[in-house]
Amino acid sequence: MHLDSKAPGGPIETRWDRHRFNLKLVNPANKRKHTIIVVGSGLAGASATATLGELGYNVRCFCFQDSPRRAHSIAAQGGINAAKNYHNDGDSVYRLFYDTVKGGDFRSRESNVYRLAQISVNIIDQCVAQGVPFAREYSGYLDNRSFGGAQVSRTFYARGQTGQQLLLGAYQALERQVGAGQVRVFPRTEMLDLIVVDGKARGIVARDLLTGKTESHVADAVVLGTGGYGNVYYLSTNAKGSNATAIWRAHKRGALFANPCYTQIHPTCIPVSGEYQSKLTLMSESLRNDGRVWVPRKKGDTRPPTQIPEGERDYYLERKYPSFGNLVPRDVASRNAKAVCDEGHGVGESGLAVYLEFRDAIERLGRHVIRERYGNLFDMYERITGEDPYAVPMRIFPAIHYTMGGLWVDYNLMSTIPGLYVIGEANFSDHGANRLGASALMQGLADGYFVLPNTIGDYLASNKFEDIDPGHAEVRGAEAQVASVTRRLLEAKGTRSVDSFHRELGKLMWDYCGMSRTVDGLWHALSRIPALREQFWREVRVLGCGEELNQSLEKAGRVADFFELSELMCTDALERKESCGGHFREEYQTADGEAARDDAHYSYAAAWEFHAGNAPELHKEPLRFEYVHPTQRSYK
Amino acid sequence: MRLALHIWRQRNAHEKGRMVRYEVPNVNQDMSFLEMLDVLNEDLIAKGDEPVAFDHDCREGICGMCGFMINGIAHGPLRGTTICQLHMRHFKDGQELYLEPWRARAFPVVKDLVVNRAAFDRLIAAGGYISVSTGSAPDGNAILVPKENADRAMDAAACIGCGACVAMCPNASASLFMGAKIAHLGLLPQGQPERQERAVAIVAQARQEMFGSCANIGECEAVCPKEIRLEVIARMNRDFLRASWTGRTPWRSDAAEVSGQPRQGSPTRGG
Repeated sequence: MHLDSKAPGGPIETRWDRHRFNLKLVNPANKRKHTIIVVGSGLAGASATATLGELGYNVRCFCFQDSPRRAHSIAAQGGINAAKNYHNDGDSVYRLFYDTVKGGDFRSRESNVYRLAQISVNIIDQCVAQGVPFAREYSGYLDNRSFGGAQVSRTFYARGQTGQQLLLGAYQALERQVGAGQVRVFPRTEMLDLIVVDGKARGIVARDLLTGKTESHVADAVVLGTGGYGNVYYLSTNAKGSNATAIWRAHKRGALFANPCYTQIHPTCIPVSGEYQSKLTLMSESLRNDGRVWVPRKKGDTRPPTQIPEGERDYYLERKYPSFGNLVPRDVASRNAKAVCDEGHGVGESGLAVYLEFRDAIERLGRHVIRERYGNLFDMYERITGEDPYAVPMRIFPAIHYTMGGLWVDYNLMSTIPGLYVIGEANFSDHGANRLGASALMQGLADGYFVLPNTIGDYLASNKFEDIDPGHAEVRGAEAQVASVTRRLLEAKGTRSVDSFHRELGKLMWDYCGMSRTVDGLWHALSRIPALREQFWREVRVLGCGEELNQSLEKAGRVADFFELSELMCTDALERKESCGGHFREEYQTADGEAARDDAHYSYAAAWEFHAGNAPELHKEPLRFEYVHPTQRSYK
Repeated sequence: MRLALHIWRQRNAHEKGRMVRYEVPNVNQDMSFLEMLDVLNEDLIAKGDEPVAFDHDCREGICGMCGFMINGIAHGPLRGTTICQLHMRHFKDGQELYLEPWRARAFPVVKDLVVNRAAFDRLIAAGGYISVSTGSAPDGNAILVPKENADRAMDAAACIGCGACVAMCPNASASLFMGAKIAHLGLLPQGQPERQERAVAIVAQARQEMFGSCANIGECEAVCPKEIRLEVIARMNRDFLRASWTGRTPWRSDAAEVSGQPRQGSPTRGG
């Protein structure tokens, strides 16, 4: 299979403009004749739904939550990047492009990233107009901060709730289209299969989670904005319901899955407190601006942190990275935390945590300044742990936070199945092997507001869409497939709960395909996963029936897909014999323990094709860097 | 510690529900309330009983999906906190807790502790937005917003739409939820052109949804996990009254025509 990225050539500054000009347009009177299905209502899905509705298309938006406003984009705290250069500090579209390509460790497509940086400025304008209450200076101008190690102030924010406010903006725009009759929302409805007719995506099979009724929905194009797959690890900062089912089932219908091994770990999360732990809570990494990370020098030191004298503390980030110190990128901070804990310096009951202390900042700036900057985060920490972070250091540990991999898409955001578009975290497109802070919100909204609504018209204008009868063989086939999976899950009548399997799979993935990976570990995981999966299908216990709200059944279907996806993640991690961004192979590191890329052999996006009953097949999209030349990242 | 839970079990929207007593013997004080229910559910599954259904998603207090009554208080005893962020250290060994779903005519029970809050979406669809289509926005700094207004708009915009305000209100009024959106948009210059129409349209929709009226009791403010202030209701009333007085958008029972927005009821949602 030839992977044609359709990325235009020529000067990078004008690629998107030229490309847009060459796209075919749908006559306004014809737009209402097209129905588009959007699955997912996060930043990408909601913004796409709203914009497509405004353009005049008939849109059907599906989400598994009880309202589109609840999608997990809502939990993003930090902010959204835009190359506005409001601070005259040297920022530009080119610099945001450059930072993103470099931050992605040279594993992304230059054309896409440049377009993202260009669009970033329009996103802010759009959101302000919608009434997103971004932070302001006393003058009334928009406020910015520097974020995630960036050397310019380009991050816009709304307190610690930027994701919430951006999502509510998109959700309100979506609801406006509901009121106008352009959009119909299907809440508590989960996509369980993709309908492909004559090689084109023509609809979905979805289950109404309240009635259990499985129904087919036919359309001219399908858009997936269903987020990432971090919940493979069971414990992650994702919402409990976040899942990979939509993209995985599309993958099984022929959409290639790119770079599944690129996962991102966030360094500042609240550590696990016990076996019952159901999820991990992230605290904005802005905390590292004023907090100092340390562990006791002595292994297994159980003294309370306040009684450990200065000389017996190891501020290991400041020691190893004198110029960036506590502000090293996420992957570097995370790996170092794991390393010191593996050596026995970890703190807390589990030994899987490091300290993040604000004592010095409080002495220097005063308690009130720290409260002003981080008050809500400190409150959240105290609420969860019962400890006062003004008095004792926080305990933090890395957790899975974001997945850069996803379904392969071309420059138009179309997957390898014609008519199937993938936007936001669900695709693989813009972040390469590592995403920069405050860039996820930017990408989700760029795809949904500005890219997809333009590119999808070209497909609709250049294809003919025959009516599809509900009795069509492909529709019936997909429905039967869904029904058989549901039946199998309900009829297993085993002894173990879905969660117990999910937890076991998650632990296996965290240990062997998590923050750092080895050839032996990956082979071990690859030998264990199939056995565990078989055991799951044999021994899982799903009570209740399929004809009503059944939360165990919903979970079971998602976990079944995680089993298959986790195998592909390990296969991809094994195949990529280099370290880059979020993918760290212990065998491939520099003398001082940094990720060692192998550009000569691995400068490509790995896109995997599904073959039922056989090993997945690898297709490569070579990556060319005409503007930003690959260098070794260094934060020393 | 050990807890006794009395939980509302209701198979579906049509069948009658009842309280059922469960013992949870091994509660760790660092668990969240929902993790404690996870443990109970694992136990029920092992025994072959159907687990208790409850809504939840982000489990970090922002998605607004979770929420039920604990001993008659929406989201439980801790102020400014959703149930997912409520930890067991706030309870005592041997305590008896009564868990019930939100009770309001506009929020019918779906199963156990799960209710249908689609009425909130319809309130927003009625007018809870600024009408700006993608692409038509001026530069973000073209219209300045005084910091104080931006901050107060953010205070109101923090609403997570969980429905605790409705559940706690003796009248099952949605005024805090509506007021929060009306105040958020009404405090910003971008929200001015539609300000009065917005209030009229949302209030009219609330009547259709069978939410009750506000009697200034203040229970909503007391249980709001985002601590939205009652002041937003005053703002809503002011916008609504001004709209009626100025005659720009005279109040009629058929507000749909008045606000110029096509209004659709429940048929626009669901499978």
